[in-house]
Amino acid sequence: MISANLLMLALSGGGESGGPLDVNPGVILWTVVTFVFLLLILKKIAWKPILISLKERENFIKESLEKAETAKKDAEKMIADNKQSMLKAEEEAKKIIDQSREFAEKLKSQILDESKTHAKKMVEDATNEIERKNAEAFNKLKEQVADIAIQSAEKILRENLDKDKQVKLVKKYMDDLSKN
Amino acid sequence: MWTTDSTVVADTLKASGAQDTGWIMHHVLDARELDFTPFGIIHLPEIHLFGLDISITKHVVFMWIAVLLLVLAFIAARKSYRKSLIPRGVANMLEVLIVFVRDEIAKPTIGHGFEKFLPYLLTIFFFILTCNFLGLVPYGSTATSNISVTATLATISFLVIQIGGIMKNGFFGYFKGLIPHGIPMWLLPIMFVVELLGLFTKPFALAIRLFANMTAGHIVIMALLGLIIILRTYFVVPVSIAFALFIFLLEILVALIQAYIFTMLSSLFIGMAYHQEH
Repeated sequence: MISANLLMLALSGGGESGGPLDVNPGVILWTVVTFVFLLLILKKIAWKPILISLKERENFIKESLEKAETAKKDAEKMIADNKQSMLKAEEEAKKIIDQSREFAEKLKSQILDESKTHAKKMVEDATNEIERKNAEAFNKLKEQVADIAIQSAEKILRENLDKDKQVKLVKKYMDDLSKN
Repeated sequence: MWTTDSTVVADTLKASGAQDTGWIMHHVLDARELDFTPFGIIHLPEIHLFGLDISITKHVVFMWIAVLLLVLAFIAARKSYRKSLIPRGVANMLEVLIVFVRDEIAKPTIGHGFEKFLPYLLTIFFFILTCNFLGLVPYGSTATSNISVTATLATISFLVIQIGGIMKNGFFGYFKGLIPHGIPMWLLPIMFVVELLGLFTKPFALAIRLFANMTAGHIVIMALLGLIIILRTYFVVPVSIAFALFIFLLEILVALIQAYIFTMLSSLFIGMAYHQEH
């Protein structure tokens, strides 16, 4: 009875002014037509071009990001290379400076050695010369001494002398000689 | 006892329905004319074809307005996309929704091969959204609060789901895939019936959900405003207006949510029919 009453209500309500649950075949038909039309027209004017350009843009952004990434990597690599080459150059410069310093040192010691030996040689030469001169002078002296001895001997022989005088004389000449 | 009670209820409902709620239902229901009351009433043409009444009604007109708005909006959007890849103006707003439907609805629920269903999902989303919002405009009417409209949309969804499933898995493969694996043989006939029923309850739920949600909000707003007339006092005006405004704001949210839910569930069912192995 309850359900029959409520059913009656529903039916009468529907019959009078159209209830909210009434199905209208005309509206169904128009909905199908409208929706299919909308689907087709939007597919043509909107979905295809917009989805394509969305995809394009996404790809573009992706590519740009990737490009930026590679560019960044390149730049980093370049900086590293630069650093390395700078280090290398510095090392090279250091090496060159060291080398030249070493060379200069060597040169210095060489020159020093050379001059030392030179000086030594000069000193030697001078010594030799002096010795030679000495010897020469000695020889000359010897000759003079001999001459003097001979002359004094002649003098003694000319002047007739006794033994004492002779001895005195010889002694005197000998002293003179050593003084000279 | 029960009989008398229900008779009383039915009688009161009938009496009040004729007198008091008539104007509410008048605003919510479909009609044969466009009612711009202070400015006049436009009567819509009646068309009969093969004995069927296919007259243009208020809801049909508002569906067409929705179509017109969508077409105009997307023409503007396309123009913007032609100029550059960067969206401007209306294209910017539409793009947010398109990307939302694509990335948040279609991609996760359907997965691989979602592109095929994207035009359908986008169209149903924008169509329902526009129809929902048209009901919130003065003199507007919600086509989606008509059970005929929502049932038709749900039926289209049903067809898309089934055709999508059959195209992917083959006719017999699709119906075989409906039955879960590892079920005893004697359960098969029952399971088949249950799953078959499940196929039809899904779009039925879609239709009822959209219809009920879009109708309820309007009825509540009308009822709140109707309090002013029913109670015959001005003191209730601020309360009525405040509550009606709150419900109206809620309706804006509901308009968005229901468009989302209809699309989301359609997409989910498509995904289930398309990738049956999951």
